[in-house]
Amino acid sequence: MTAATPAPAIAIRRRRTPATPYLLLIPAVLVLLVGLGYPVYWQVVTSLQEYGMMQQFGAPPTFAGLDNYARIFSDERLWTVVGRSVLFCLVNAFLTVAIGLGLALLMKAVHAAVRVTMQVVLLLAWATPLVAAVTVFRWLFDYRAGVVNWLLVQMGFEQYQGYAWLAQPLTFFLVATVVIVWMSVPFVAMSLYAGLTQVSEEVLEAARLDGARPAQILRHILLPLVRPVLAIVLLLQIIWDLRVFAQIRLLQDAGAPISETNLLGNFIYELGIGSQDFSGAAAVSIFVLLLTVLLAAPYVRSLMKEDAA
Amino acid sequence: MSTATETARPSAAPVVRDVRPDARRPRPRVGKILLGALGIVLSLVWAFPVYWMLLSAVTPDARLRASTPSFLPTHFTLSNFGSVLTGSGFGGALRMSLMITGVTIVVVLAFAFLAALAISRWRFRGRTGFVLAVLFIQMLPAEGLFIAQYKMLSTVGESAPVLGLNSVLGISILYAAMLVPFTIWMLRGFVAGVPAELEEAAMVDGLSRTKAFLRITFPLLAPGLVASGVYAFLQAWNEFTTALVILPAEDHQTLPIWLRSFLSASANRGIDWGEVMAASTLIAVPVIVFFLFVQGRMTSGLVSGAVKG
Repeated sequence: MTAATPAPAIAIRRRRTPATPYLLLIPAVLVLLVGLGYPVYWQVVTSLQEYGMMQQFGAPPTFAGLDNYARIFSDERLWTVVGRSVLFCLVNAFLTVAIGLGLALLMKAVHAAVRVTMQVVLLLAWATPLVAAVTVFRWLFDYRAGVVNWLLVQMGFEQYQGYAWLAQPLTFFLVATVVIVWMSVPFVAMSLYAGLTQVSEEVLEAARLDGARPAQILRHILLPLVRPVLAIVLLLQIIWDLRVFAQIRLLQDAGAPISETNLLGNFIYELGIGSQDFSGAAAVSIFVLLLTVLLAAPYVRSLMKEDAA
Repeated sequence: MSTATETARPSAAPVVRDVRPDARRPRPRVGKILLGALGIVLSLVWAFPVYWMLLSAVTPDARLRASTPSFLPTHFTLSNFGSVLTGSGFGGALRMSLMITGVTIVVVLAFAFLAALAISRWRFRGRTGFVLAVLFIQMLPAEGLFIAQYKMLSTVGESAPVLGLNSVLGISILYAAMLVPFTIWMLRGFVAGVPAELEEAAMVDGLSRTKAFLRITFPLLAPGLVASGVYAFLQAWNEFTTALVILPAEDHQTLPIWLRSFLSASANRGIDWGEVMAASTLIAVPVIVFFLFVQGRMTSGLVSGAVKG
C-alpha cells in the first residue's frame, strides 16, 4: 500500500545515504519485534493449536484450526464478561467525558483564582499512581472505618453502618466507576479546557452583543468548535476503559466475588495464568487486540493527518 | 483570557457594585459567584482522596479505627513511615523499581530517538507504514499480550535466567517495547522543531556532519529528551499489569506490586490503614513531583492532532 502511493506533496529532502533512515530504525524495530511482535505471533499460532495438559508436559502441540475460537466463543462465561466489559466501559467513558466537559466549561466561566485551584487539584488526581489511587479508595470505602460509610451514617442512612461495598458485584462496579472517573476526568477536563481556550474571545463577544444567551453560546459556538477534541477524548477514554485489569484486580483483593466481577483483561488472566488454558487465553487476547485496533483506527487517522502536515 | 481585567478585581468588588442603583446586569455576577463556589466545592471533592491519603499516613492506627474520624492532623506521627521503611520488602522493591525504570528509560530514549530522527529527517519508502504501525502499537493493551509475554519469558528463562521471568532485563525489554512507539511520536515533534537548515549551516561553516549534529541539533533536543524520559519514568514506575504477571516471585516485586502485597499481608491481621497509606504516599509523592514537571508536554502531545485537525 505504502509502496504504491507516491509520497504526498512534501518537499523530498535528498540525502547522500538513503540507507541511513533504515539503519536508524533497526534498534526500535528489533525491540518491538521481540517485546510485542513475537508475543502476538505466538498468540496467533497458539490460538490455532490444541494446547492442553499433554502439551504442558512436553508433547508437541497439534493444529486445531478454529476449534479454540469455537470453544471460547460458544462459552457463555465469555459473553457475560464481554457484555459486562462493554457496558462498564461505555458507562465510564461517557460519564468521564460528561463530567470532564462540565469541569472544562466551569473552568472557563470562573474567576482566575478558582480556575487555578481547580487545575492544581485535577493535576494532583491525575498524577496519583494507579495503585496508590485504588488503595486510597479501598480505604475510603472500607466497611469498618471507611469515611464514606461514616458520612452516610451521619447523614441518616443507618443501613450503611459496616456496609461492604466491594462484596457485591453492583456496588463493586459502582466503586470501580468512582475510582476510574476520579482518575480519568483530569485528562479530559484539561484537554477540553485547552480546546475551549482556542475559541477566540471576539467570537464570543460578538455573540453576546447579538444577544445570545449563555446556553445558546454553548450549543451553537463552544460545542461545535471543541467537537474534534471531544470526539478524540471520548474515543481514547473508551479504549482506556476497556483495559482496567489493574483497577479491577486491586479492588477484587478486598474480597469481591471474582467470577462475577471479572472484566475482559481479568478473564484472560484467569484463563491463562489461573487455569493454564493458553490456547483459550490466546484466542480471547487476539479478540481484544482486534477490538482495540478497530476502535483506535479513527484516532490513528487523526494523528496521521498531523504527521502529513 | 481577555476577561482577566474583569476577573482580576478584588473580591470586595461585587458588594460595591450591587450598591450602585444602575447595576444593569447583576445576574451574571451572582452567577459567576455561584459557579466559583461550585468550582471550589468540586476541587475539595477531587482533592479529598489525596488529602485523606496524606492525613491517614500521619495518623496512628488506633485513631484511624475510632468511630469518629478526625479531618485534621491532630495526632501527628511519623511512626507509620518508620514501620513501612524498616519493614520487609520496601527496600528490595525500591531497588527493583529503580533498576527496571533505569534500564527502560535508557533503552527507550536511545532507540526512540534514532527512530524519531529517521522519520522526521527522511522521507523513505515504508515510512508511512512504519508510522502507522507505531501509532497502532501504542494503543495495544497489556491485557491482550501478557499471557504470551509470560510464556515467552518463562521459556527463555529456562536457558537464560537473566532474561526470564522475575528478571530486570526481561521485563525492561517488554516495557521498552510498550513505550518506544509513543516516545518516537513525542520526539518526532521535537526533532521536527529543529530545522535541518541549522545543521546544514554549521556544515557549510566547516563542521563535519556528526559534529554539526552533536553541537547544534542535540543540545536543542535536550528538553524533548528530558520530557520523554520523565514520561517513560512515570509509565515504567507505575506499571502494574505486566509486572504482576512477569514478576511472580515475592522478592522480585516492583513498588506497585509490593504495595498490593503489603495491603494483602496487612489484611490478614485487620488492615493497618495508617501504614498502608504511608506506603501509598511513599510511592505517590515522587511520581506527583515528576508529573507536575512534564504534564504540559504530555497533554499537548496526546490531543494536538485533534486540536489542529
